[in-house]
Parts: sequence; structure tokens; C-alpha cells
Amino acid sequence: MSRLGNLSHRLHRGEISVDFVGKRKYWYGFSILVTIVAIVGLAVNGLNKSIDFSGGAVFTTPSTSISVSDAQSKTESVAGTGHDVVVQKLGTGGLRIQISGLDESTAAPIQQKLATDLGMPTNSINPQVVGPTWGAEITQKAEYGLGVFMVLVVVYLAIAFEWRMALAALVALIHDITITVGVYAIVGFEVSPGTVMGLLTILGYSLYDTVVVFDGLKETTKGITAQSRYTYSELANRSLNQTLVRSINTSVVALLPVSALLFIGGGMLGAGMLNDIALALFVGLTAGAYSSIFIATPIVAGFKERTPEMAALRKRVLAKRAAAARGEQESQDAEAEASESALEEADGEPVDAAAATAGVGGQRRQPASRNRGRGRPSGKRR
Amino acid sequence: MAAPKKGRRSPGAHGHPGRALAVILVALAALVGGMFLSGNTKPRLGIDLAGGTEITLTAKSTPGQQNAVNPTNMDTAKNIIQQRVNGVGVSEATAQVQGSNNIIVDIPKGTNTEQAVKLVGTTAQLYFRPVLTEAAGTPASAPSPSSSPSPSSSPSASSGAKAHSGSSAKPSASPSPSSTTQGRAVTGALKSSASSSPSPSPSPSAGSSGLDLSIPANLQSQFNALDCSNAAQRANAGEGARPGDKTIGCSQDGKTKYVLGAAAVAGKDVSKAQAVYDTQTGAGWIVTLNFDGTGSKQFTDVTGELAKQQSPNNQFAIVLDNQVVSSPEVSSAITGGSAQISGNFTQQSAEDLANVLSYGALPLTFNTSDVTTVTPQLGGQQLQGGLVAGAVGLVIVVLYLLAYYRGLSFVAVVSLMVSAALTYSIMSVLGPAIGFALDLPAVSGAIVAIGITADSFIVYFERIRDELRHGRSLAPAVARAWPRARRTVLVSDFVSFLAAAVLFFFSVGKVQGFAFTLGLTTLLDVVVVFLFTKPLMTILAQRKFYASGHPWSGLDPKSLGVQAPLRRVRRSARPEVKEA
Repeated sequence: MSRLGNLSHRLHRGEISVDFVGKRKYWYGFSILVTIVAIVGLAVNGLNKSIDFSGGAVFTTPSTSISVSDAQSKTESVAGTGHDVVVQKLGTGGLRIQISGLDESTAAPIQQKLATDLGMPTNSINPQVVGPTWGAEITQKAEYGLGVFMVLVVVYLAIAFEWRMALAALVALIHDITITVGVYAIVGFEVSPGTVMGLLTILGYSLYDTVVVFDGLKETTKGITAQSRYTYSELANRSLNQTLVRSINTSVVALLPVSALLFIGGGMLGAGMLNDIALALFVGLTAGAYSSIFIATPIVAGFKERTPEMAALRKRVLAKRAAAARGEQESQDAEAEASESALEEADGEPVDAAAATAGVGGQRRQPASRNRGRGRPSGKRR
Repeated sequence: MAAPKKGRRSPGAHGHPGRALAVILVALAALVGGMFLSGNTKPRLGIDLAGGTEITLTAKSTPGQQNAVNPTNMDTAKNIIQQRVNGVGVSEATAQVQGSNNIIVDIPKGTNTEQAVKLVGTTAQLYFRPVLTEAAGTPASAPSPSSSPSPSSSPSASSGAKAHSGSSAKPSASPSPSSTTQGRAVTGALKSSASSSPSPSPSPSAGSSGLDLSIPANLQSQFNALDCSNAAQRANAGEGARPGDKTIGCSQDGKTKYVLGAAAVAGKDVSKAQAVYDTQTGAGWIVTLNFDGTGSKQFTDVTGELAKQQSPNNQFAIVLDNQVVSSPEVSSAITGGSAQISGNFTQQSAEDLANVLSYGALPLTFNTSDVTTVTPQLGGQQLQGGLVAGAVGLVIVVLYLLAYYRGLSFVAVVSLMVSAALTYSIMSVLGPAIGFALDLPAVSGAIVAIGITADSFIVYFERIRDELRHGRSLAPAVARAWPRARRTVLVSDFVSFLAAAVLFFFSVGKVQGFAFTLGLTTLLDVVVVFLFTKPLMTILAQRKFYASGHPWSGLDPKSLGVQAPLRRVRRSARPEVKEA
């Protein structure tokens, strides 16, 4: 693990660096592709909605030796025609028997008949009867909650950071939700009220990550206009690289308990709300970890580069680099110049962050006279 | 927890770490002590972990009464449901309002569950309405067996609270006030197949009475089409009718259908109802009613009017959930504010009706959205599953932290333990007070929260390591890392808390437990990081093991990639550093 610590150090120093911001077109392309696949999957497959959306009964039996197919045929004969029957084996050895179109009054006699047929006491079977509008109602509330949350969070982030970051976070959020829904559509996971709620929880998590990254970004780019060495995109990329290990760690640590919940809780108990929440969280968290690094920050950088100050900064930086390249030999700070010339060479793609961050790494070690106390975008030495 | 504060100059590290530690440890001791003193050493377990039945009711918004679903009405309905469930001898049943229009009723195992479920399912609106006309339950063409024609003045309809779920809303009755005479002839025609007995009481003509017996044409056609033998039609008949409207309805057994007048007395005006076994007249089980002041006067008036009518207009219908429970005939005005309902009651059905009547009508109509019954065995399995998942989740998080942060993970693990202890004791102590029950979603919320809590430590640790990489020694690094880590933790925890709060207020059913746990643990995370992790870190930074950067401390400058003190590095050329 100390190798990872070392990696963290080198990322921090800018000795190695991943070009997140500069190559944003690739990430955008990738995300757009995934989003399109998700939407197409949703349109073609639709969602596999649980019985909560259509109404019916779910009976959970204690551990039994009756096979699934056996139980299926027995249940079908008990339920009669016009009811869809789904039987699943649970991790506990019990069965989960789902019969559509039952209500409270019709479920009770079926439970009795089922108990007789399966040879178990009636009251050992756990019935759940769901009204036909329940799932739809939960979804409606969730949508309402989603709307309220988005407004609140955008307002909060706009106050805590700025509106561009708020907007980027929102885009990342929508990205995560679309992908999660798409995964559900394509894989065919069952969508239950638990899933809907898991989806709502993703919001908080996805943003947790994004906020941690933005916080670093805000700090790194503080006083950015006072220097003319690096563009916003370069600093954004540097910030991302510096907080990369932290982001990975927080995501991994968030995912670990969720996967424990998914694989152990779900595996032991079979289908159920626990499993549904955990699965939605797992998919959403993964998408969230990706989007906060590959989507949210590049979008902020894109927005920022369009502002007059940042565009002016960019111009200054490029002009300075051109000048520096011309007067390379006279420079007394060979290291910094080297990085700048590297940038200059890569003029076709100016945001060559590998070089840029290398430059940043060097920059901190500039003699104070050269910086004149201004070029400290990280604010580390306040 | 609003906008993050601009990085402050004073890192607050020179404060009193011991004092903060003392505060949180005293608080923890007080909570745990309170836990044992109050005897609530365990959180109350939810239905899905302890076994029992959970019913979710959803209030329907009635056309014309959009504002009826409001917190006051929901609260009233909740109290009534609670009383009714307790009225059948179910102890420890709880009813809770969740969200804006849901009521969750939890009925523990081992009590009179089935009956309680029925009662909760049928609890709805009760009105006394005059009968305008009646007919056999199926459309007029089909002659149907009439129900128990009896020469006495006892009601013919069967009674007993029968569970039924109103499903898709089908607003039917929007009667126009314009009266037509057309209905009368039809009434006469239908009456031949009607079930009720001829009334012995002679009465003056309908025209002179104060009752409006006319039947609007559209209501008449709905009435003709109504098939009470169809359960769905029976449940939906007269749905959406306001108390002042005329409406149609079926008897609960589906054998008789009615056109009903405007509500004369509302169920809320019944002050007391009792099931009594009538030994004197041999009528069997009857239900006696007492009205309050308003109800008493209204009842006297309407029975006075009804007594003047001819059958079937001399009946008043007791309409529960738009279904006619009973339709006794009235032979004389009933004064004195009390009455009896007799019918083919069993002890059970009489008690159920009395229960419904005495605890009043709900101000709202409810759909039963979800009824879940869990046996104690399944509950035990689910509890075990949740605990195992939690333990495994905790262990792998600790292992990861140990592998990555080594000695530092001690701080993280102890902080996690403090956080867990706080969460557990708060759940146990406050649980009964705020109606919190630890159910499966709450357990999963707690497991998910392990990640959020650990994330805060990671943010802080990474900050400390950043400072170390700049060549600082540990104590200043710990002090300098704090303000920035603090800001990040506050901002991200705030977002997390916001999500939990939104989830809490916009969720229904079981998910509220999840949201509550998540919100609680997020708040506790802030408390623990501020009052425990940070002071502990400050104190430990003075220990040799950490301060010297022992290889197992997780703060070893070498393993962090720092080669030499920063001051020298700053002056040196870059290639030296690159060796790292």
C-alpha cells in the first residue's frame, strides 16, 4: 500500500499526472455514448418493474425442500388463471412466491391453499399484499424529492462555490442517474420501491464525491488571476490529480460496506429491500465516482475558460510561454522553463496537463523572488 | 453548516484537545447511562426484524376536497386508527403519519392481528343517509334473490366490517341539483324486486315531507347500471360523493343497491357505540348508539321525517366507506340521542361496527397500499443478515484503512467505534420518544453510513499527509490540515445530510428509517470528527510513535514519498526530487 502512498505523493507533486481536463472530449464522448446506450436500453427494454407497481401478493415461505418448478406449478394451480406467478429460491432456503393481481381479500384464501399444497403451516408464510398504485406513488414522491433536492443542492453549491460548479454538479448528477437507470433497463434488475429510494440516496453520495473534488478545485484556483503561469484548465487538472487518491479512497471506502450489504445481506436474504437499495447504491456510486472526476471538473473548467477573466488569463499564459520559449537560454530557472517549453511544443493541444502539472510541481519550488508572493494558487502557505 | 467558511488563519489546533475529548466522552457516557437507566438498552425493532404486520395506508384525495389531505386530518385519522386497533386488544400497535399522505400501522406479532388488519383496512367514512330507493344488487334485468325479507322493522342488510380495498378511483357521482320526476316511476318498477319488507307504519305522502326524495337522472342511470355482485363496482360505487351529495351505494353483501340522500348525520357525531347482546327481545347482538348534541338533534329530525315515509323511503342507511352496512327502517322519530342498530350481527361483527362507530369516522378515505406480515423466524433471519452484512462491511473498511493508513487507522477505528456507540445509544434512548424503530432499511442506512463516516477521516488524513509532504513535522501538519479538512467535511456532510433530509420528507413507508439513520449518522459524523478525531489526532501527534514517523504509523515520510525536509528541497533543483 505504501506504493499507493508513493503514487499519491507523485500525483501530488505532479511527477505523474493523468490528463483529466485536457482529454475531456474523450470522457464526454464516452459518457454520451454510455448515456445513449442507457437511454436506448431504457426505450427498448423498459424497466423490469416489481409487483409493487402492478399490485399483487408476495409470499415468503420458510426453508423448504420443494423445488422452484414444483412450487411454480402448484402456485399456478392455486392462483388460477389470470395471475402471473413468479417463484424464486432464497438464500435462506425458503421460497419467494409472487402472484400478481391479488388484493387483501383474495390473498388470504390463496395463502391458505398454498400452505396446504406446500405442506407448511399457514402462519409460517409471510404475506405481503401491495396495492396497484403503491409503486407509482413512491415513484411520484421520489421524483418530487429529486426535484426538490436538485434545486436545494444547486442553490447551496452556488452559494458555497459558484453557479458554474453547481451546474456541473447537476450535470454529473443527471449523468449518474441516467446511467444507473440504464443499467437497470439493460441488465433487467427488478425495480422496486427500494430501488427508487436507493436511487435517491445516490444523489447524496454522488455529490459527496463531487463536493470533495470541487473543494480542492476551489482552493487550488484561488487567486488564479494574479498569476500568468497556468490556465484554469491546467490548475483544475492539477487539483484533480492531487485529490485523486483521496477521491479513490473515499469512493472505495463508501463502496465497501455497500458491497458487503449487497453480496452478504442480499445473498443471505435473497430478494428484498436491502438488496434493492444496495444494488442501486452500488451502481450509482460507481457512476458517481467516475463522474465527479471525469465529468464534473472538466465541465467546470470548460465553463470557466469561457469567462473573460480566464480567457484573458489563458492569453497571458500562452503569450508568456511563447516569450519564454524564445528566451529560453537566458532563463536562470532551467527547470521551470523546460516545462514551459514542453507546453509550448504541445501548442496544438495547449492543455497538455502532464507537462503543465510537472511545471506546477516545479513552480512551488521557485525562489520566492520570482513568485513575488502571488503565484500561490494552492494557497498552501497562508 | 451553511456555506463553508473561508479558510481561517487560526487552525484551532492549539485549543484544548483534552477538553473536547472529555465533552464527547461525557456525552457518550451520559447517553449510555441513560440507555441503561431508562431500560431501553436495545433499539426498538421494526416489524420486519421482530415479526408482525405492517400496513401502509394512503389517503385518497377526493374530488372537490383537494385540501382535505392535510396534516391535521392525517393526525386525526392516525389517532382514530390507533384507538381502533388498540380497541380490539392489540397492544403496542403503533400508527404513524409518514410523508404527507401515508399512515403506517405496525402491529406486533402474537396479538389479534387479523382482526386489527381488517379494522384498519375498513376504517373509513361513516354517514347516516336516508334511502331514496333500493333494488336488488344486480342490474334490474336480472332477478336476484332478495335478502332475508323480515316482517320486523329490523334492517335486512348484513353487517360486519368486511375488508375491502378501494382500488382505482372512479369518480362517479356528480349529481346535479335539478330534480326530475322521472325517477319515481322507475323506483316503483324496481321496488317489485326489492328486498325490503312492506312497512307497517302508514305515512303521509312524500310530497309534504321536508326530505328531498327526487333522484337526479344521471344518478338513476348509474344506479340502474350498478352491479353490486361485482366486488370492484361495489367498492367504487358512490366514490367521490360529498356528504351533501346524493349518491348510490351497495350493501356489503352485494345483494342490495341503494340510491341515498344527502348525509343527515355524520359518523363523527356519534359519541359512543356499544355492542350489546339483547336478551329481552331476542334480537341477538345489537349495536347501541349515543349521539352528541348536534348528532342527537339531526338524528331526531331525520328520523322524524323518515318515519313519515313509505318503504323503502323510511329507511336510513348507515354508510361506511360508501357501502351500506345496515339500513334499518324507522317507524317513529327517535329522540333522546340514542338508537339501536339490530341486524344479523354476530358478536364479532357487532363489536367491529361499535368500534368503528365509537372511535369516529376518519376524516379521509384511505387505500391500503401495502400489507406485509413477517413471521418472527423471518424477522430473525433478516436481523441476522443485516448484522452480518454490517459486521462484514465494518471489517473490510477497517482492513482497508489498516492496509492503507496503518497506525493512523487506529484513530479511524476508534472514531468509528465512538460513532457507532453514539448512534446505537441515541437510537435506543430516543427511539421510543420519536417513534423510531430499527428496521431493515435503517440497518442498511447504518451500514452505508460506515462509508460516509470513514470518508471524513480519509479527508483529514489525506490533508495531514499533504502537509507532511511539504516537509512539515507532524504536529504542525495536523494543525494546518485541520481547517481545510474541516471545510471539506462540513460541505460534503451538509450535502449528504440534505439528501437524507429530502429523502426523509419525501419518502414513504420503510425508507424513512433509512433516511433517518443516514441523517443521524451524518450529523454524528460531524460531531465525532470535530470533538473526537481531531483532538485525538492532536494528542497522538505528540506521541513518539506517530511524531517520529514510524514505518507503521502511516505517517512515515519515506513511504509518503517525502525524501528530505522541505526547506532543503525548496532550494534544490528539481531532478533530486524526481528520484522519489
